[in-house]
Parts: sequence; C-alpha cells; structure tokens
Amino acid sequence: MFAITVENLTKEFGNFTAVNGLSFNIEQGEVFGLLGPNGAGKTTTMSMLSTMLKPSCGKASVNGYDILNNEDEVRRSIGIVFQDQSLDEELTAYENMDFHGRLYRLDKGIRKKRIIELLELVELADKKENLVKTYSGGMRRRLEIARGLLHEPKVLFLDEPTLGLDPQTRNHLWDYIEKLSREKGITIILTTHYMEEADKLCNRIAIIDKGSIIALGTSDKLKKDVGVDIIKIVSSEKEKLWSAVSSMPGIKNIEIHDDSLTIGLKDAEKHVVKIINMAYSRDIPIGSISIHKPTLEDVFLHFTGRTIREEEASGKEQMRMMRRLRR
Amino acid sequence: MDIIYTIWLRNLKRYIRSKSRLLGSLGMPIFLMLVLGYGLNSVVVLPGMEQGYIGFIIPGIISMSVLFTSVFAGIQIIWDKQFGFLKETLVAPVSRLEIMLGQTFGGATTAVIQGLIIFVLSLFMGLKVSSIPGFAIAIVFMILIGISFTAFGIAIASRMDDMHGFQLIINFVIFPIFGLSGALFPIDDLPLWVRSLTLLDPLTYGVEGIRYGLLGTSQIDPLICFMVLSGFTVVMVMIGSHLFRKISI
Repeated sequence: MFAITVENLTKEFGNFTAVNGLSFNIEQGEVFGLLGPNGAGKTTTMSMLSTMLKPSCGKASVNGYDILNNEDEVRRSIGIVFQDQSLDEELTAYENMDFHGRLYRLDKGIRKKRIIELLELVELADKKENLVKTYSGGMRRRLEIARGLLHEPKVLFLDEPTLGLDPQTRNHLWDYIEKLSREKGITIILTTHYMEEADKLCNRIAIIDKGSIIALGTSDKLKKDVGVDIIKIVSSEKEKLWSAVSSMPGIKNIEIHDDSLTIGLKDAEKHVVKIINMAYSRDIPIGSISIHKPTLEDVFLHFTGRTIREEEASGKEQMRMMRRLRR
Repeated sequence: MDIIYTIWLRNLKRYIRSKSRLLGSLGMPIFLMLVLGYGLNSVVVLPGMEQGYIGFIIPGIISMSVLFTSVFAGIQIIWDKQFGFLKETLVAPVSRLEIMLGQTFGGATTAVIQGLIIFVLSLFMGLKVSSIPGFAIAIVFMILIGISFTAFGIAIASRMDDMHGFQLIINFVIFPIFGLSGALFPIDDLPLWVRSLTLLDPLTYGVEGIRYGLLGTSQIDPLICFMVLSGFTVVMVMIGSHLFRKISI
C-alpha cells in the first residue's frame, strides 16, 4: 500500500490554475520532496492533501483514506508543519503541545509521556515552561515538528521546514528530519525551494513548476537526465573565449554570465585541457576554471529553461494574482 | 466536550497572562463611572431611583464592559488567523462547531469576569444590591451578553482578513450598540423614534435585565428581557458558527 496516492489532482482559483493534473505515489517510509519556486503550487498541493482545501478535480488518498470522503481519518493520519508559524506565542512550549494533544484526544497519561519524549527529541525539554514568544526561529521550528509528531501520524507534511533559518540551524533540522525518517519509519513529504535540502533529505524528488510535475525521480536519476557536466570559466575576455569555444565539437550549450562562461558538455574532464590549450594559444587570459557535476539547480534549469531564481520573481507575481482572484 | 474545554482553557490562560489587556479594558468603564456617575449625580434626578444616577448607570457600565470584552474576544480570532495559530486548530480532526463554541464560551467567561470586576468596584462606590437572587439574575444576563456578543465578534472576524476594519467596527457598530442601549439614560421618556431604536438594540435588554437584578426595578419586564436576549444569543451563535465554518485559510 502506498502512503500517498495522487491522481490528476487539480486546483483552480478563478481562471488561474495553481495545480494542474498532478499524479504521483509515495511509498511508505519514503522521504518525498516537492521542489519548485515560490508560487509553483507546492503549498496548494499540501493544503489539498491535508484536507484544508478542496481540489477542483482529481483524487488523492493519504494512508489509504480518501481526502474528500474521509477527512477526519486523513487528519488523524497526518502531522503537519506549516510554512508560516502556527504556535501560540502566549503559551509555553508544553502548553502548546498539550493543546495539540487534547485536540487529537490523547489520554492524559499518554499525552504527558509523549510530550516529554518529543521535547527531549528536539532538545527543548529544559525550556518547556518558557513562553514561546521567547523562542528563537529555530527553536520554534523544532517545537512545531515535535508537535506535529505528538499524535503519532503515519505521514508528516513539512512545508518549507527551513525557510528563513540560518545555515547552522538548517543543518541541525536536517539531522532531525533524517533521524525521524530513519528511526520512526515515518513517511515524510516536504516542499522546498532549496536545491540542497531536497538533495540531502529526499529519496525521490518531484520538480514542480507552474502547477505541473516536470520531472520525478531520485536525485541521481534527475542529474543523469541532464546528461552533461558543467565547466565554469572566469575570464576578463569572456566574449572572445565564447567565440573560440563555441566552435569546438561536443559542446551542448554555452552561456555568458556576469563574470563567467558556463559550458555544458559530456566528459568535461577530457575536454578541459583542450579548452585551456586553445585559450593559451589565442592569448585569452583565464582567471579560474572549475568543473562540476550537475546539481539539482542545473536539473531545474535543464527542465524549465530557467534558473530557480529567475522563476522566483514571476512566481511572486503569480501569487499576487492568485490573492486578487481569491478575494 | 473535551475540545470545547481545550479551547476555552486556552482563552482563559491567555486572558490571565495578559495583565495589560485586563487592566486596559477596565480603564474606560471606570472612567465613565466616575465622570458620569459623580459628575451628573447631583444634576440628574430620576424619579423612583433611590440610588441616584450613579446607581442607575452602574448596570449600564457593567454591560458595557461585558460587551466590549466579549466583542474583542471574538474578534481575536483574526490574530489567530494572522499569526497562523488558527490553522493548527482547523487542521485537527475536530468539527468547526466545537472550535467556535469553545472560543465563544472562552470569550464569554472572560467578559463575565471583567463585568464582575466592575461590579465589585461599584460596591465601593455605594451600590447596594437588592437581593442575592437578584445578583444571580444579573449574572445570567451578563453571561447572555457575553455569549451573544462573542459570537457576534466571531461572525465579524470570520469575514475580515486583517485588523484594518477594526476601528470601523468599534466606531460604527459597537459604540452605537452601547450608546443606544439605555445604559446611560432612561428610555421611557425618549421621543418615539429614538425609543424604537433602543428597543431594536439587543443590549438594551441586557442592561435592563442586569438593572432589574441589581436594583430591583427596570423599565422593561425582566422576563421579556430574558426571552429577547436568549433569542438573540441563539441567533448569534448560529450566525457565528455558520460564518466560522466558511473560513478558508
């Protein structure tokens, strides 16, 4: 049995299609990533799977329960950490947990025991009597994750779990998430627009853009699909270098950026010597040269023709449009 | 029941912790009681009012403080919406009705506490309560005002996205409800059109009910007050829960 099955899931706001015919299955125990820029439809997908939004059409089930016909069972099966904070700052960490436990009708004894266990897991046990408003961003995130686990969900939804956190805290959180997946065998579905995060945590990744999945697979497979390595050369005469290199055989693509030239080609290690020799013979100075294997960033570029940052701007535009439509 | 209690408990914890809000919302009623009560006591003579004008307005001021506290308590869910906490409640496997009722009873409880504080203060200002059952009657009316107007606040908050409209609601809805309620003046001798307005104002029946309970006299039959206010409470809880059900975030 799959932990989550999604079939042709679609959500429209007015005439704007936020999610367009998504289909995928998630295995039990898997960490599944939805990767894409802001406004790509990740959060909308999460909202539908967590029964917060009704899909316009399509079907989905979570833990075997249909999201339309069996809302309460779906809700009982999932834990969720929202993109925006959802703690009560005027209550202590313990009280926030306790509130959650009561909402999910856990018996007093079990509630108490699990709250302590989970607060220990996220290393907040010694601060459990402090008001949440005194917590830092990272502590709040950890508390939210602990809270999401309190009723022992089968599936944990993490919507941009590390957004706005400093790199150190982010690494720390990644460790927690890995630990959860390893020790509790819990199915995790997470959205992110950090390539690194998806790469590090997820067994499989769906790249989602403008409401549709454009690629799906393990991070290694997605990178293989790109098929080329990338050479990056910093040079003061990059135009000259560009015209020289572009005539060489085996070059898949070549682009000029602010201070550098990126060349996509197969077996970059073999060709790099030729490029250097040629630049030397034509008196083109080379500041530095580096070869790297494709990252998820390149994967995104490969499948969409845009970098994720270029996409951010237009994604925000879409969000604005969506908000207007929803009013 | 557990869920309603859980949400009620959270409201009470927040209320007790926020001392500044507790004190802040006492300011206006106390101010009115002192200024109007002492200021007009010697000028205004009401026939049949043994306790003078100050005795007359004390039930009005108590209603005012219950009214404002309960509307605020209802509107508070806008904060929950903005700060995200509402999501945590809405995604749990509980019905919206339970959440709404918990919020309503929580708000009503804080409002009644606030009204009781004013009541205790007015004992020091010379209020003499007619009888113990009378006091119980006053409490019942305070509870009804609390429940109906918290539900009213929730209904408003369900339709609002942020606090921008808050001032508008206070100035054009809450103050008129208070002003027209006969909290500060007797309604018997008013011109007909003003009198009709006061009789349309649900708070009038709350004020009169409390007045009957505390002073033993009122201008409207307390039984009618009770029936009208109960009816209003039921309608408000229905409207509030209906609109709350439709919130999407």
